[in-house]
Formats: sequence, C-alpha cells, structure tokens
Amino acid sequence: MKSKSKSVKKKTTKDKKESVKSIHVKQLARVEGEGALHVKMKGDEITDLTFTIFEPPRFFEAFLRGRNFSEVPDITARICGICPIAYQMSATQAIEQAFGIQVNDQIHDLRRLIYCGEWIESHVLHVFMLHAPDFLSYEDAIQMAKDHPEVVKQALRMKKTGNTLMTILGGREIHPVSVRIGGFYSVPPKENLTALLDELKWTRDAAEKTIEWTATLDFPDFERDYEYLALHHPERYAIIEGRLITNKGLDVDISEFEDHFVEMQVEHSHALHSVHRERGSYHVGPLARFVLNYDQLTPAAKQAAQHAGLDTKCKNPFKSIIARSVETLYACEEAIRIIESYEQPEHAYEEVEPRPSTGYGCSEAPRGLLYHKYRIDERGIILNAKIVPPTAQNQKTIEEDLLDYIPERLHLPLDKLTWQCEQAIRNYDPCISCATHFLKLTIDHD
Amino acid sequence: MTKSRKPKLAVWKFASCDGCQLSLLDCEDELLAITEHITIAYFPEATRTVIKGPYDLSLVEGSITTPHDAERIHQVRRSSKYLVTIGACATSGGIQALRNFKDVKSFITAVYPTPQFIETLNKSTPIADHVFVDFQLRGCPISKHQLLELVNAFLNGRKPNIPQYSVCIECKRNGTQCVMVAEGVPCLGPVTQAGCNAICPSYHRGCYGCFGPKETPNTHSLAKQWKALGIKDDDIVRAFRSYNAYAEPFQRESIAHEKSV
Repeated sequence: MKSKSKSVKKKTTKDKKESVKSIHVKQLARVEGEGALHVKMKGDEITDLTFTIFEPPRFFEAFLRGRNFSEVPDITARICGICPIAYQMSATQAIEQAFGIQVNDQIHDLRRLIYCGEWIESHVLHVFMLHAPDFLSYEDAIQMAKDHPEVVKQALRMKKTGNTLMTILGGREIHPVSVRIGGFYSVPPKENLTALLDELKWTRDAAEKTIEWTATLDFPDFERDYEYLALHHPERYAIIEGRLITNKGLDVDISEFEDHFVEMQVEHSHALHSVHRERGSYHVGPLARFVLNYDQLTPAAKQAAQHAGLDTKCKNPFKSIIARSVETLYACEEAIRIIESYEQPEHAYEEVEPRPSTGYGCSEAPRGLLYHKYRIDERGIILNAKIVPPTAQNQKTIEEDLLDYIPERLHLPLDKLTWQCEQAIRNYDPCISCATHFLKLTIDHD
Repeated sequence: MTKSRKPKLAVWKFASCDGCQLSLLDCEDELLAITEHITIAYFPEATRTVIKGPYDLSLVEGSITTPHDAERIHQVRRSSKYLVTIGACATSGGIQALRNFKDVKSFITAVYPTPQFIETLNKSTPIADHVFVDFQLRGCPISKHQLLELVNAFLNGRKPNIPQYSVCIECKRNGTQCVMVAEGVPCLGPVTQAGCNAICPSYHRGCYGCFGPKETPNTHSLAKQWKALGIKDDDIVRAFRSYNAYAEPFQRESIAHEKSV
C-alpha cells in the first residue's frame, strides 16, 4: 500500500538540479481546517504532488477508549464543528447496532430531519461562501456580496434555515445537545417544527433557483472515471440508512467496509488516506450520492437536475456544486415532508442496556460517507473506536485529480493556475479538521 | 490603518474543530453588517485574502499541541493589538487536553500506523499558558451572541458584558425546572459558567460543562451531591474530564475521584 502512495507522490524523480519554478499556496483558504498543496514540475511533467494536511494531529479514537458509550455522540461531534450531526448519527447508529436497539420510525425521521438541517447549512455555506467565489473570481463571499448582494443575502437566509432547524431539534447548531443513544433527550412538540415550514418552503424555492444559477457557471472541461461510493437505500435518498454501493459493482453491508477499504498513513499528511483494497482511490460526497441514488430523489429535485444538465453519467468533479444544490433542494423537501407528517412520539428515546459487542455505523456527512466502528464491553465502556471521515477517503482522489488537471493548464499564469488548483480541491468541500485525525498549497515549476 | 479607518480582524486556528470560528459565519443576520464596520483581514476559512498585520482584533481558536504552534502563537500575539481566545480549546486546552492525563505516545500509536511521522506535544495547553490574552470567550462551542457582544464592545471601546455566574442562574431565569433536584439527573450546571442559555437542562439532560468552571466553583460539594444520587467515582472523573478537563477546578476534582476509584 505504501508503494502506491509513493507512486503518486513521486511519479518521476529525475535530475533535481535543473532550475525549479515554484508555486506556493501555503494555506488553502475556504476549507474547514489547515491544508496545503505542494506541486513540483519539470517541463510538463509533475515530479511530486502532495496534498498536505498539517492540522495538528487530534487523537479522537484514543480519547474514546475508556469512555462510557453515552458520551460518544458528544465527544465525536467535537471532531468537526461543520458537521457535528454526521458524527453524532454515525456514532449512535454504531452503538445502537452493538446493543441491538432498533429506533422507531418517528425517531428515525427526526434524525433524518436534523441531518437535513446540517445538509442545508453546510451545503449552502460551501456552494455560496466557499466554492462559488472561485467560479466568479472573488476572493470571498464578502467581496462577492459587493457585486451580487442579493445572491449572498439569499444564501445567508437559506443557511439560517438549516441552522434554525438544527437549533429547534438540537438546542444549538454547532455541537447540538439533544442526540443520545436510543433517540433524543427530548423531542419538540409539532408546533415548534411547523413554525419553520414557511421558511423551509422559501428555502426550497431558493434552492431551485440556486440549481439554475450554478448551472450557468463556467465549468472546466475535466472528467475522470471515478469509483463513486455512497450509502444506498431502495426507498429513501440515503442519509442514515442503507448498504454501501459503488458504480463499479460493490454492494455490501456497512459492517464489511473494512474488508474493502483500508486506511494508510502517508508521510506528508496528518490525515490517513483511505483506499479501496484493490482499486485504490475512490470518491465520496454529493456527486457520488447523486450518481448512485438519483432514483430516490424527489421528482422536483430530479427535474431541476435535468434542467441544469446534471445526470448520473457526470464525471466532472467541478459539477459537485450543482449536486450540492440539488441535495439542498432535496433536503428542504424531505424536511417539509417529515415535519408535515410528524407526530410527537410518546417516548423521546428507547431504553438502552449495554452488552459486550461490536457495532458499525455509516451516515452521509455533507461531504461524504462517514464510517464509525466501536467495540464495547459489558459495562458499556468503549474498548476500541475507529472513525473514517469523508475527507480521508477523498484525499487520494484529490491528489489524482490534480495530477491530471495541472499538465493541461501549464500555459496559465502562475497565480491563475494556483487558484484553479485550489478550486479543484474545493470541489470536495474538504473538511480538514475531520480528516485529522488536515491543507497548504505550493507548486514548484521547472 | 492607512486609508481605511476600519479596524482589522484576524481569525487564527490552532488545534480545533473549526466550530467556534464558524460561529462568525453563522451570524447570518449580522455578518454583512459586521463587515461594514470591520475589515476581515485574515480568516482562511472564509477568504483567500491576506491583508498584512498588525491586526486590531485577533480571535484565536484552538489549543497548542505542536512545537510549531507553540512558536506560531507568539507571532500571532506580536501582530495583534487585542487578542481574544474563542472557545474551550483556546481557553482551557479543550478536549485535546484529555492527553494531559495519559501518555501521548500510546495515543499516537492508537491512531497512526507510523507514529514517527507525527510531531506533537505531550500536553494540549490553553493560549494563555503561552502569551498574554486580553479576553476569553468560553464554550464548546462559543455562543454567537457572546461573540457579537464581544465584537460590538470592541468596536465601541467598552468591556464586553460576559457574565461569570453559573448555568443555574440561566435555568432560573428561563423558568427551567432543575433537572438535578426534580429528576435526580446529574448536572454540572452549579459549577459551570453561564453563556449557553442553559440549553441542556431545557432538553431534559444535565449540563455537561462545555463552558468550563464558573468563578469560584464548589466542585467538591457538587461531586458529593452526585454521589448522593448514586453516581460512581469513575463517572464523576469522566464528567469533569471532558471539554474543559484541564481547567484547574475541573482538573482537581477529576483527579480527586480518580484516586478514590
């Protein structure tokens, strides 16, 4: 496995004494966390490319050992302030599976509902504030707001809808407090949720306009034959349920994740790279989900995607911005559906009895599949924890994208090329805080 | 401070989850208004722009966990007029300080297959252990209302109004029934600083201390009460040893119960 990583890192290492031109992006902006890209070129050939995560190492799996199972959703939420619900949901699912608990449909729906809030909040943040400025050549959304005030104001209002939904259900948008093993500490009365319906419907319509708007952006002509991986459920657009499937024929239970995918450590990064054991890099996130789970989208989401020219054959990672917008529309419609059919459950949670066992949990974080595994003893103490965040899974794909993307664009001025590389990385909405268990960009040119 | 009179804001990150700095972007109703009064000069999570220091206000997120960061924080201090730490990691060492009670080497081998690539310090320490800090915002995460109050106070040259009393006061003010008295649910509210608006008790669970110790907390007395509720020592250790484990009063209380386990 190690030799594979080296092959990316050092495609060819010839005479290094020749003159070296270099591009440096020391700290990649508009991503969550700290990372860098370092590219060395000799003529038209890349001699070295590393997508580095230099966020300090954070030892969550180790902290979890010896903790009580009931603390896990709150502790793992602290891995990421952008997608705490993803961590809480993968964790609760894994521990409930270990204890043999099945939550009822109402609790399951409420979990999808709070997750929809996180998808809306995180997707809108990325589409408008982190990614769109690249397409329109702005340094950030604040600059963009000077020329496109309505776009940014609309984005902030949409984002607020997602955050409000999370706050109603979870007490606050960052590190919500209501999620527990077996359900929720408390569940809201119906009127608290229906109060948000008007705003959700407004956001739904705004998401439709967002899809149209993203389709008008200028997409680089770039495609790669990815192996997309996502959860899949025959009836619902998978968020917290289903099997692991890929477009290359994989279809397995979530407990078999580690039979097919393995994490390896590379010297240049504090994040572990996850790869398919035989086929190497793979792609998780909104585009993977869209391609694999198109049939489960709502009719309006399908139609909006069609109008925007996004189909399940899409291999252009830059179009993830459209997929993210389609999912925002979906998340609004799903949230409306759940709220309209909601009846406050009699019990907010199922009683939990620990037993010695191993449990697996997978859910679709805004930026892709998030895998958790816990081994727990008879007192409910965590013996062992394993967490594979989405950015660790996409990291190798990001490096490979850049290896293909850069040689075609060497005629560009250095600052433009650098910016385009950054944009290519931001296609994946990399969350570097998550991946460390971290990013910085430098390109050396011969 | 040349042609523009707007003060310059910088947001710095050390070991953290990005949640506290995200709180600034989560001020959806106020963000554009804030940028009318303050220039975002350095904030990598939100912008590619890097405007050179010195900065009038630096918000620092995260704890110090690497030799490189222990150096970097001094550069941040030198380039900042006011330095404010935001969140539990920056003010108390955060959840990363769980390593301070164990051998960090065993942690590295637990997470990384090739530990020699990893450079890290034995302890995760708050920013104030390294440089002078002008003000601290508590919380895991911080409250965005307190963040707005801080920025507002800074812009108007006054002291931020951030109370140091306990979460109990917020429960009383909100009319939330005491979960510990009425339901026997263990709660860290009596020793935890207010600021979150007592969310946990309003969701029928005990406070888990994410805003860290209040002024003069009587942790010993609270632990006694917990024991009376039938809570075991190892659970008391874990309760005090979470998001503000290295804050002195919480640290002391957790060690006391560790000994009696």
